[in-house]
Amino acid sequence: MASEIRNYTLNFGPQHPAAHGVLRLVLELDGEVIERADPHIGLLHRGTEKLAESKTFIQSLPYMDRLDYVSMMANEHAYCMAIEKLCGIEVPLRAQYIRVMFDEITRILNHLMWIGAHGLDCGAMTIFLYAFREREDLMDCYEAVSGARMHAAYYRPGGVYRDLPDSMPQYQASKVRNAAAIKRMNSNREGSLLDFIEDFTNRFPTYVDEYETLLTDNRIWKQRTVGIGVLTPERAMNLGLTGAMLRGSGIAWDLRKKQPYEVYDKLDFDIPVGKNGDCYDRYLVRVEEMRQSNRIVKQCVQWLKANPGPVIVDNYKVAPPSRVDMKSNMEELIHHFKLFTEGMHVPEGEAYAAVEHPKGEFGIYLVSDGANKPYRLKIRAPGFAHLASLDEMARGHMISDAVAIIGTQDIVFGEIDR
Amino acid sequence: MATLNQLIDSLQAVLGDKVAELKTALNEVTVEIAAANWHDVAQTLRDHADFRFEACLDVAGVDYSAYKDGVWEGQRFAAVYHLLSYAHNFRLRVRVYAPDDDFPVVASITDLWSGANWFEREAFDLYGIVFEGHPDLRRILTDYGFVGHPFRKDFPLSGYVEMRYDPEQARVIYQPVTIEPREITPRIIREENYGGV
Repeated sequence: MASEIRNYTLNFGPQHPAAHGVLRLVLELDGEVIERADPHIGLLHRGTEKLAESKTFIQSLPYMDRLDYVSMMANEHAYCMAIEKLCGIEVPLRAQYIRVMFDEITRILNHLMWIGAHGLDCGAMTIFLYAFREREDLMDCYEAVSGARMHAAYYRPGGVYRDLPDSMPQYQASKVRNAAAIKRMNSNREGSLLDFIEDFTNRFPTYVDEYETLLTDNRIWKQRTVGIGVLTPERAMNLGLTGAMLRGSGIAWDLRKKQPYEVYDKLDFDIPVGKNGDCYDRYLVRVEEMRQSNRIVKQCVQWLKANPGPVIVDNYKVAPPSRVDMKSNMEELIHHFKLFTEGMHVPEGEAYAAVEHPKGEFGIYLVSDGANKPYRLKIRAPGFAHLASLDEMARGHMISDAVAIIGTQDIVFGEIDR
Repeated sequence: MATLNQLIDSLQAVLGDKVAELKTALNEVTVEIAAANWHDVAQTLRDHADFRFEACLDVAGVDYSAYKDGVWEGQRFAAVYHLLSYAHNFRLRVRVYAPDDDFPVVASITDLWSGANWFEREAFDLYGIVFEGHPDLRRILTDYGFVGHPFRKDFPLSGYVEMRYDPEQARVIYQPVTIEPREITPRIIREENYGGV
C-alpha cells in the first residue's frame, strides 16, 4: 500500500511564548522541515499613524514610546528629528549629547532584552536573569530623568524635556532589608545621575564578559545558532534589512557612521561586522555593539559633566518657556497657552528622518501641510522588514530553527503592527 | 552635498524626461515618476552604475484629498518610496501618483526589491492602492474580513464597527460603533504672515 505523503499546516502563536508577542505564524511543514512560513501580523495594530493625524505634534510624541516598547527613546528621537528638520531647528549641543547618551543606554536596554529572550528561546534560562539585573539599573536612569521607567516621553522637538537631575532616587529601608543592605544598595546612588551612569559604565564590561561565558563558547548555543538563517549580503540588502541583521552579513553600514546625526561624528566607537550572516554572527555583532555603546555613554558622561548649558531651544513657538517665566510674564504665559492648546505649526513640506535604532533603521516620513497636526506620518519600522524576510530565512529549516530565527530578528510587535 | 548634486545630475542625464518633477528640499531629493514608467525607472535606479539603489527601505501610501483643507487638485493617491544606495550613500524619494482616483493602480516593484513586498501589502490594506504584479496582495495589518481602507481621509478615526462579546449568542459579534467621533484640538492652518511672523 502506497502511503500518501502530504504536508501539514501548523499554527504557531499568537499565544506561543516564543512568538515574542502576538505573532501568528502559519507554517507549512514537510515532516519537521518548514516549506513556507506565513506570518500573520496586525494583532497589535493600533493605527498610530492615523491617530497622529488627529493630534498635535506634541500630543503624538508619547505614542512613539509605545511603538518599539523596548527601545523607547530611540523612537522619540526619529520623530523629533523629523519635526526639527522641517522646522529648521538647531538643537543645543548639550541636548544632543544627552540624546546620544540615552540612545546608547536604550541600545543596551534593547540588546539586553534581546539577549535574554533569544537565549530563553534557545534553551538558556540563566542569561535572561542576568540581563534583567542590568536592565533594572538602566530603567532607573530612565526613571530619574523622566519619571517613567519605560514610556519616557523625554525627547521633545528642539531638545529634551529637562536637564539631568542632580540626585538619584534611593532605596528605602523596609521589613525585608536591614540598614546595612540598604546602604550598600544605595552606595552608587549618592551622587547625580551622571555619577550613577558612570559607575554603571565601569561595571558593565565585566557583565558582558559574564554573558559571553554563558553563551559564546557554549556548545548547545552554537548548535542552535551557527549556520541557521544564513543571509548573503546581496539578499540582506534586497530584503531591506538594516541594523545588526545587515551587519551580521558583513556590510559595514551604520547610520551613526555613514550619515551621522547629532554628535556621533565627535565620538569614538567602532562598528562590529559579522562574516557568515548566520544567527551566531548576529549574536556576536550585538554583543559587541553593547560594548561599543558603553564606550559612547562613557564619552558622553565626560562631556556632560564638563559642559553645562541649555537643553532645549528658546524658541517659544516650539518649546515651552520655563515655569518661572510662564508664571511671571504675560508674553510667556500666552506662548505657553498657545503651545499647549493649539500646538506648534510645522512648515509645509515633507521630510524623512532616520536614526540607527537598536533594531535597524527607524525612519519617520512626515508630510506637513502647515497645520498644527501632521498630514501624514509614516513610521518605517525596522522589524517590519525583518519579519517580512522570515519566510525566506526559515525555508528548509526545522521548526525549532524558526524559533531561533525569530529570536535573532529581534521582533517586537509594537513597532511592526504600529 | 556634493553627492547630492551628483545624484541630481545623473537623474537628469540617465532618466531624462521620464522624471516628471525633481525637487530638492532639506537635503533630500524627491522625484515624481509617471505611473506608466515606474517599473522601468525602478529597474534603472536599481541596476544603473550611477544609482545602485540596493534597498527600498519604505513604501508609504498617501491620500492627498484633504491636503490644506481641500485645495489639492492632482491625483488623490500616491505611493512614496524611499530608496537607499549603500554603495553611493545617498537616498532618493520617489513619488508615483495613481492615475485613477476610484481604482488606484501602481506597478509593483516586489520583483526588484523583495523588501517592498510587505510595504506594498500595507499600502494596499490601508489605502486601497493596488500594486499590479504583486505576487500576494493580501491585507496585512487589519483584521480578517475587514471592510474598507482605514487610512483614507474619508474613513472616520473611530471606524464603522466595534466588537463585543454577546452573552446571549455566546460569541463575539460586530456592531455599528456607539462612540461619537470628536476632535479635541481643532486642525488649524494659519494664513500667510499670521501675526506678522
